[in-house]
Amino acid sequence: MKKFLALLLAAVLLFAFAACGGKTEDTTTTAAGSSEESTAPVATDVDYSKVKIGLICLHDENSTYDNNFIQALKDTQEKLGLSDDQVLIKTNIPEDDKCLSAAQELADAGCNIVFADSFGHEGFLKQAAEEFPEVQFCHATGTSAKTAGIKNFHNAFASIYEGRYLAGIAAGMKLNEMIEDGKIKAEEAVIGYIGAYDYAEVVSGFTSFFLGARSVCESATMKVTYTKSWFDIALEREAALSLINDGCVLISQHADSEGAPKACEEKGVPNVAYNIDTTSMGPNTAIISSKINWSPYYELVINAVAKGEEFAADWCGTLATESVQLTKLNEAVAAKGTQEAIDEAVAKLEKGELNVFDTDTFTVDGKKLDSYMADVIPDEKFEADTEVIKDGAFCESDVEGMRSAPYFDIKYIDGITEK
Amino acid sequence: MSKNKEAKVHEPLFHIAKRSGMVWWKAWLIRGCAILASLIVCAFIIVLLTKQNPIEVYISMFQGSFGTKRKVWILLQNIAILLCISLAVTPAFKMRFWNLGAEGQVLIGGLACVACMFYAGDKLPNALLILIMLAASILGGVIWGVIPAYFKAKWNTNESLFTLMMNYIAIQLVSFAITIWVPSGSGVMGVINSTSKSGWMPDLFGQKYLFNIVVVAALTVVMFVYLKYSKHGYELSVVGESEKTARYIGIDVKKVIIRTMVLSGAICGLAGFLLVSGTNHTISTNLAGGNGFTAIMVSWLAKFNPALMVITSFLIVFLQRGAGEIATNFRLNESVADILTGVIIFFIIGSEFFINYQIKPRAKHKEGK
Repeated sequence: MKKFLALLLAAVLLFAFAACGGKTEDTTTTAAGSSEESTAPVATDVDYSKVKIGLICLHDENSTYDNNFIQALKDTQEKLGLSDDQVLIKTNIPEDDKCLSAAQELADAGCNIVFADSFGHEGFLKQAAEEFPEVQFCHATGTSAKTAGIKNFHNAFASIYEGRYLAGIAAGMKLNEMIEDGKIKAEEAVIGYIGAYDYAEVVSGFTSFFLGARSVCESATMKVTYTKSWFDIALEREAALSLINDGCVLISQHADSEGAPKACEEKGVPNVAYNIDTTSMGPNTAIISSKINWSPYYELVINAVAKGEEFAADWCGTLATESVQLTKLNEAVAAKGTQEAIDEAVAKLEKGELNVFDTDTFTVDGKKLDSYMADVIPDEKFEADTEVIKDGAFCESDVEGMRSAPYFDIKYIDGITEK
Repeated sequence: MSKNKEAKVHEPLFHIAKRSGMVWWKAWLIRGCAILASLIVCAFIIVLLTKQNPIEVYISMFQGSFGTKRKVWILLQNIAILLCISLAVTPAFKMRFWNLGAEGQVLIGGLACVACMFYAGDKLPNALLILIMLAASILGGVIWGVIPAYFKAKWNTNESLFTLMMNYIAIQLVSFAITIWVPSGSGVMGVINSTSKSGWMPDLFGQKYLFNIVVVAALTVVMFVYLKYSKHGYELSVVGESEKTARYIGIDVKKVIIRTMVLSGAICGLAGFLLVSGTNHTISTNLAGGNGFTAIMVSWLAKFNPALMVITSFLIVFLQRGAGEIATNFRLNESVADILTGVIIFFIIGSEFFINYQIKPRAKHKEGK
């Protein structure tokens, strides 16, 4: 009993200490907030003062994936002149009830837009969306907004397969250079690819990357391995080293740590990355990265909420919206003529002359693909429900007819094998 | 250097002696001072690393737990889960059986629970399904706890390593199950039975977390009584103090080891049930979220006393929640907040040294003596 009393006393002491400074601080925060607002640039005549956006991240800035979301939001904040009080970022939120709590807390804090960046956040964000109908909930990489019928719940993604294809061209050019220099024989042009999980988003990514590489280097083949984790520095490093040991002469990855690029730098093996510029991690081996730029979508949503307008349940960014981007080419590593080859492909993609998943460019089990049913509409049985081959191409991330999140889940097209 | 050339033995500047029976208020005064000192050290770290006002940071930390009604509920829920797992490991610890496998025992409990939801959801009335889930979870936890106990009792294997390894097996089993249940390969189980809510623990008085909190509160009382007043509790503490003594006075040591780990595993399984049915309605390898290890600290800090564990688990959760709040409000990486948490816990653990030992300075020698 006495111990309890003492404990209570200690606790009171602690809180009293904390509470003492309370009044002085409140004034400093508001002062700081207002000064920022006055100096902030006002881009348009839209009134952003009532917008408050919260971002829920699975990991923090150390993950290339989450960092990409965080940086884009900070850029957007600066561009639109929002204060720090209007942009809240919650990091290290796992894909469970903690995501629901985080979303509720953000809504409580007055956010009228809540973003979440990880696939597994979706179910919890939907629950929050039903609880707070006046708040817009946006979920990146998700699949169910179109069919869920919750008005304030949205999905977004980008046609990143086009970015991967372009990065693949840079990889293919590098392979050609290695063949010409006599470093490898044509049949030794083996790419190693580290994927997180073997599901559509990853499969679509490495297939488009491979098709890009093979569009310039015909003899290219690819080995894929999975880490079964989105962020694991040690595993990704191990996977890269083991692929290199297996004779892969170029590495790319779809996992979120610096494990693979750094392993490549150590071994002097060229690397093509995703979501961030890895030139600083591998000045002698990093070629280029494809990335999704989330700023255009943030802007779209913020503008819509500021004006009180509705926006799409599902949205897919493209090269045209500047959502699909490549980082600066590392000239020191890339083969000559890479930039020109990429520019040419971009022009063709934009004109519609080139389709990444043109069924004339790949075969599955030696056969051309004339028909394929993909699991586009999410359900608990994971049924393949939609014909996705249209006009001689696999119609990926078709937001009008299907959805933004990738559904190319063919394992594997000829030329790609699992290690 | 002593001026007294005749002194052949150099006395050190101070020496440390064991203290016995410090008055309770003195002990708590030392603890209070330790917390205060840690806050001062943290203030320096905050200013040096982040250039923020430390008092503002402390207020933010406090608000992380008490800022809104919802935050208080989340605080209580997190305490309930951490406390539940801490209560689970405590009887084993008291018996000097180092159960480092709580993480895995919770995970297996959760996995058993999810399996019931997945296969029997919509096929049974909800009340019956929940009862089956509860039984399956507890059974899962018991199995995972009793395997290392049996090996310890039978062949005296090292339980720390054994329970630790069992965690990894549990993690792999969960990964494996998710791969089977989710053919798309995303590795994400998703919210189970999200429309039918079959197998979801209903809200108590409209509060989602209340059920968990009530269950754990009751469990705390039961565990307190069990350890302090029951014959079982007495037996396991004797086994912990000295196995030979226990054997001498006729306690069946093997039986006590296995019985205690059945209890430990069962409560971990219950925690798995509370996490799946009462909270998350899904499973990932991260279900226990490190609480299986944090529980060790909670239990030790409270000297295996369930009543004090309420306070130590509060302290840990308070610091965790505060860390998240600081990270959001000041745009700091959570690592900074973790450093602060580390400093505070270091001081608290360090204060135990001053409670258990005293420092005696060297006796002064008068000149000319």
